[in-house]
Amino acid sequence: MELTLSNNNKITISSNSIKYSDNWKLGENIFNSVLTGSGIMIIMIVIGIFLTLILSSLPSIKQFGINFVTGTTWDPVFERFGALPFIAGTLITSFLALLISIPFSIAISILLGEYFKRGIFSGFIKSMTELLAGVPSVIFGFWGIFFLVPIVREFEKILGITAYGIGIFSSSIILAIMIIPFSASVGREVIELVPSDIKEAAYAMGATRYEVIKKIVLPYAKSGIFAGIILSLGRALGETMAVTMLIGNFNKMPTSIFAPANTMASVIANEFSESTFELYTSSLIEIGVLLFIVSTVINLIGKWVIKRMVVR
Amino acid sequence: MENQILTTENLFAHYGDIDTIKNVNVSFPKNSITAIMGPSGCGKTTFLRCLNRMHELTPNAGSRGKIILHDEDLNKLEPIEVRRKIGMVFQRPNPFPTMTIYDNVIAGYKLNGIRKKRIEFDHIVEDSLKKAGLWEEVKNNLHKKGSFLSGGQQQRLCIARALAVNPEIILMDEPTSALDPIATKIIEELIVELKNTVTVIMVTHNLAQAGRVSDYTAFFYLGDLLEFGQTEKVFTNPKNEITEKFLTGKIG
Repeated sequence: MELTLSNNNKITISSNSIKYSDNWKLGENIFNSVLTGSGIMIIMIVIGIFLTLILSSLPSIKQFGINFVTGTTWDPVFERFGALPFIAGTLITSFLALLISIPFSIAISILLGEYFKRGIFSGFIKSMTELLAGVPSVIFGFWGIFFLVPIVREFEKILGITAYGIGIFSSSIILAIMIIPFSASVGREVIELVPSDIKEAAYAMGATRYEVIKKIVLPYAKSGIFAGIILSLGRALGETMAVTMLIGNFNKMPTSIFAPANTMASVIANEFSESTFELYTSSLIEIGVLLFIVSTVINLIGKWVIKRMVVR
Repeated sequence: MENQILTTENLFAHYGDIDTIKNVNVSFPKNSITAIMGPSGCGKTTFLRCLNRMHELTPNAGSRGKIILHDEDLNKLEPIEVRRKIGMVFQRPNPFPTMTIYDNVIAGYKLNGIRKKRIEFDHIVEDSLKKAGLWEEVKNNLHKKGSFLSGGQQQRLCIARALAVNPEIILMDEPTSALDPIATKIIEELIVELKNTVTVIMVTHNLAQAGRVSDYTAFFYLGDLLEFGQTEKVFTNPKNEITEKFLTGKIG
């Protein structure tokens, strides 16, 4: 009897432990497949988006070929579609915005990463920068029209050129303000990561704070700062709403940085609802494909440069 | 007494409201090696960092009193000038990772924007690396980054970097505590040789090292300088009871 009981007991215990380990395995498997599934899903979504874009732009690709990229005429009435003005508009506004934003974002990065790491002042600037990143772009556009454009117009009057107000210059300023938080926050993080012992070494050699920043901190952090700039460039390339409100939506090649123009994202947003025939729609979608490619290429170049700059 | 190079008078140092160095009066003889010893937290490093005014870089920290180099009160000079006269070598080797070996040695000039002819820099680099005993090991790789060097080599590079600006004094904060025994031995021998060129003041935790290397020993306890004298005398016949306890391993 006793033996049987103990046998029973044993069996119960071992069957329990088997059950337990089965559950554990099941949980592990579910968890693994959720993770893997999410990964695969991301790949599928990216490929899916790209493929559908390509498929829908086939009519325009067939019709215009490479002329779509090099053509400067965008005329839906005569069914002629060339996207070069928009490619140029996008690149010019984005790089101009980058140029305007870089000094400010580097300055803010240094201020927060090296000068005021803690304290009320730094906390205030930090939350203001975050707030700036969270402002919806339609508000930036709105503010631009009512505040920035009149100023730019006055400026253009002083320069003695046609005072549009709206155009590439205004858009670039707004874009610059919008992208500063992105490059500044990355910049701040990498500057904070500069090892304090190499900064101490420089101070101990009689370097001033400015010399330490210029010759020790920035060279060490440059790859990270560059990464932040590329990230913000990505934002600028794709930004639609604020730019659409300020750029003037002028579908010709821009003649100067003060002239009205149009960008790839803006022309899609503006004209999609009016595209009444297949070739028109398909041309707009092809612009989407081009925007996709331009952003990807710039990101890849950025990654390559970062790799070459990393301090080992 | 011998020729004194550096003297502190009523030197106090504080972090916030707390004095971590209390009324230290000491004179360091020229071309000698002084070991600063004492249990952890006794203010050794703080004292050392007061001497080239690195201490005041820490937020809420500062010092008062006089630090006299020859006849000049260092507390009245610009900290930047002070640090050009008094070099420093740190606990962990910290060559600049973005610079080549060559640029690391002349970093003192580059950082301060002092221009010289290429040939003068070449000369300074060779001379400093030779003094630091590193020349033979790196002379073919001067224009590579220093990251492939071993810890001991990096530390000697840091010593060369400190020597390159011709300081009168070099402060060393436990310069071998991050190194293996062989690298430690090389650095110790180097420190003894440096005596011909500069005055060395070094913090060390290692009694044996202090015994091997130093001419003088300063013993700190809770921010007070309890004892200063020739190493031999301090080690064999300490005047202070606490020093004796420390030397015999009863505190520390």
